[in-house]
Amino acid sequence: MPSWLSDIFSLPSLQRSLLAALIIGFTNGCFSAYVVLRRGALIAGSLSHALLPGIVLGVLVAGRLTGWSSFLGALFAALIVVLASVTVSRVSRLDQGTSLGVIFTVAFAAGLILFNYIPGDVKSQVKLEDYLFGDLLMLDSSDVWVAFSVSVLTLTICVALQRTLLVTLFEPSVAAAQGVPVRAVQYLIMTLLVLVMVSALRAVGCMLSLGLVVAPGATVFLLTNSTRAMFWGGGVLGAVSAVGGMILAQVTNVTAGAAITAVLGAVFVLALIFSPKSGLLFRKSREERPLASGKR
Amino acid sequence: MSEHCEHCAHHHELQVSGLTVRYRAHTALEDASLETSCGNCVALIGPNGAGKSTLLKAIAGLVPRASGTIAWRGARVHKWHREFAYLPQREEVDWSFPVTVRGLVEMGRYSQLGWWRRWRPADDRNVESAMALMHLDGLERRQISELSGGQQQRAFIARAIASESHVLLLDEPFTGLDRPARENLSALLRKLASEGRLVIASHHDLNTVGELFDQVLILNRRTVAFGNVGEVFTKRALDEAYGREKTSNSKHQTSEKPQDSSLIPS
Repeated sequence: MPSWLSDIFSLPSLQRSLLAALIIGFTNGCFSAYVVLRRGALIAGSLSHALLPGIVLGVLVAGRLTGWSSFLGALFAALIVVLASVTVSRVSRLDQGTSLGVIFTVAFAAGLILFNYIPGDVKSQVKLEDYLFGDLLMLDSSDVWVAFSVSVLTLTICVALQRTLLVTLFEPSVAAAQGVPVRAVQYLIMTLLVLVMVSALRAVGCMLSLGLVVAPGATVFLLTNSTRAMFWGGGVLGAVSAVGGMILAQVTNVTAGAAITAVLGAVFVLALIFSPKSGLLFRKSREERPLASGKR
Repeated sequence: MSEHCEHCAHHHELQVSGLTVRYRAHTALEDASLETSCGNCVALIGPNGAGKSTLLKAIAGLVPRASGTIAWRGARVHKWHREFAYLPQREEVDWSFPVTVRGLVEMGRYSQLGWWRRWRPADDRNVESAMALMHLDGLERRQISELSGGQQQRAFIARAIASESHVLLLDEPFTGLDRPARENLSALLRKLASEGRLVIASHHDLNTVGELFDQVLILNRRTVAFGNVGEVFTKRALDEAYGREKTSNSKHQTSEKPQDSSLIPS
C-alpha cells in the first residue's frame, strides 16, 4: 500500500472523514432516486441556497455553530422558502419554478446579509467558505453522529414506505384514488430532502450538497428500469464517489467536496454516453428499433 | 370477480346524482346524474370543457364535490372507494418513469395491501392473471415507454384489474389508437364488462361511440341525455350538447374522418 493511502486509513481524523463521506454519500445517493423521480432537482437547488440563511440564523440564535443550530435553522429556512414559493405560485400567475427562482436567490442574499451580524468571536472560527463549501476534514464526531442519525431515519422511512412513496411519485392522482394521503406523502419527501441535505452541509457545503442528492440518482436513472436498482444503485454510487473523491482530494490536494462532485460528474458523463438503454452512443441504433421510441 | 356479480343487475349499481364540481369560481360540472350497473360500458361524451374528465375525477374522489352524492352498491361513497380505479389521460403519465409492465401492474396491488401489508405469493398470482387477461404476455419486462399505444392502455388497465377494482374510470382510453388497437381494446373492455365490471370512459370520437359502448352520457356541464346508445345517441341530443353547426359538419371529430355517419341516427 502506498504511504499516502496508508496515511488516509490510519489517521483518526481522516478515518472519521471517510466514515462521514461514506454515510452521507450512501444516504444522499439513495434518496437522490426519489429526488430524480419527483423531478425535484430544482426544488433541491432552491433548498440548497436556503440553507445558508438557515445556518446563519441558527448561529445568531444559538450564539455558536453546532450541528443542532445549523440543523434547526436550515429546517426553518427551508420551510419558509417552500411555503413562500407555494404561496406565490398560488396567488400569482407565476409557476412554482419561476417563483422558486426568485425566492431562493433572495433567501441566499438574506443569508449573506445576516452573515455580517454574526459576532466576531464566532466569525473568527468559521468562515463564509466553510458554510458554502464545507470541509470534510474538519468534521468532529458530533457531525458524524448527525449524519448517522439522519441516515438511519431516512433509509428506514424510505424502505418501510417504499410502496407508498413510489405509487405517489409515479402518479399522484392515481395514488389519491387508491387512498394515499398524497399531500402528506409529498411533505414527507420534502422533509426528508431537507434532512439529507442538512446532513451533508458541514461536509460539502450548501452548494455542493445539491450534487449529492441529484447526480447519483440521475446517473442510475440512465442505466435502469427498476426503481429499486435506482435507490440502492444511487446509494452505492454516492458512497463510492464520496470515498473516491476524498482519496482523490488527499492525493491532488484539492477541496474534498469539489473532488467528490467532480467524480460524480465524471460518472454521470460516462453513463450519458455509454448507457445501453439511452446512451448517446447507442441512441441511433435504438431509434431504428421499431418499438423503442415510445412516441406513439 | 364474476362470481361476485351474479346479481349485478340488482346489486352492483352506481348512482351519481346532482353532482356539482367547482374550481374556484368556475363551475366545471353542474347537477350531473347517472345511474348504471355492472356489466356496462359507458361513454362520456361532450364538447371540450363539458366536464368529462371532471366527472371521472369526481367519482374517483380526486376533486372535491360542491354538492351531490355518489352511491356504489347502495352505500354512499364519501371520498374514494377501494373498488374504483382511475386511469388518467396519457399526457398525464410520466412515460420515462423507470417501471416495467410488471412493476406497473404490481402497483395496482397497493389498493389491497396499503402501507404495511406484506407482498404474498397470492399477489404475484393476481398480477400474473391480470397481465394474462389483458394479453400482456411476453411484455412484462418492457419499460412502459417501449410499448405501443394499445399495449400501454392494456398495461394500465391490467393495473386496475390487479387492484380488484369493479369500476374502471378511464380518461380518453382510445385516444391515439389506430383502428386494430381500438378494436382490440374495445373487445377487452367489453369482456371486462361482461365479467361483471363497470367501465366508464370519456370519449371524443362520435363516430365510434356505437361500436365501442353500450351506454352513453352526453354531457355539457350538465347531463344532456343518458341511456342506451341506441336510444339516446341522437342528433338532437348531440345538437343540444355541441351546438347545431358543430355536429352537422363534424369539425370536432379529431381522430379520423367520419367513416360511417349512419352511426349517428338523425
